[in-house]
Amino acid sequence: MDDSSDLSVDCQEAVHTLYHFLDGELTPERKANIQRHLEECSPCLDAFDFEAELKLLVARKCRDQVPEQLRIRIAAIIAKERDQRPFAPG
Amino acid sequence: MADQADFADFAMEHMGSLYTAAARMTRNPADAEDLVQETYLKAYRAFGSFQEGTNLKAWLYKILTNTFINSYRAKKRRPEQTELDDVEDLYLYRRLGGLEAAAAGRSAEEEVMDRFADEDVKRALEELPEQFRMAVLLADVEGFSYKEIAEILDVPIGTVMSRLHRGRKALQKALYDFGMRRGLVAERDR
Repeated sequence: MDDSSDLSVDCQEAVHTLYHFLDGELTPERKANIQRHLEECSPCLDAFDFEAELKLLVARKCRDQVPEQLRIRIAAIIAKERDQRPFAPG
Repeated sequence: MADQADFADFAMEHMGSLYTAAARMTRNPADAEDLVQETYLKAYRAFGSFQEGTNLKAWLYKILTNTFINSYRAKKRRPEQTELDDVEDLYLYRRLGGLEAAAAGRSAEEEVMDRFADEDVKRALEELPEQFRMAVLLADVEGFSYKEIAEILDVPIGTVMSRLHRGRKALQKALYDFGMRRGLVAERDR
């Protein structure tokens, strides 16, 4: 996908680093190198976009609403605990 | 030192995240409720040892995870699978974007993904072996850093990265299999 010079990132390296990039776990320098590669390599950019979307989709679709009675029950348990042991040390 | 009187103000807002995580860990709403309830009670009792200014959400997750591992999971005695089939990188991406995607343009893969029902994505995550499921859950659903995940799960960062890498690939394969069953994605030549 890319004829890389010595300093540049090749496609294999980009894909290998993809999740560290998306997870925000790269040093600023490494991140900039990957970004430069993505600007020049649309197949890699497409793959990165897909994985970024997928990460967001998993987060969005895996959420659950807290049942209201659980909220109420926990608030009641904490209130009771507080009344029973007012100044409990940690 | 944190003051117990402040507990409700700070901790209650994380209940949605904790309940989501508990639901994926236990795979059962009733057990998830019990786990979250136990976590809040333990957290309240231990709140005096929480260092103010550090990450409260991560602290709560550590209690949730330990409670799950030590008491809840121990009761189940379910033999836990720890190995995963080897799945190639970009598994799902390489399999989407067939004829349908080519006709509809570049963002077609994302549109296909969006047609997945919430329940299917949840099931796909829940089907992962526990250690991989926890890593993916903490990183992708909750957005914790590798360092935070390492602290929550009490494993080295290298282990977090390896579990994430393999867990995500397995999740993609599970999603693809769901998509096939639902007729959302077409089978392609491998």
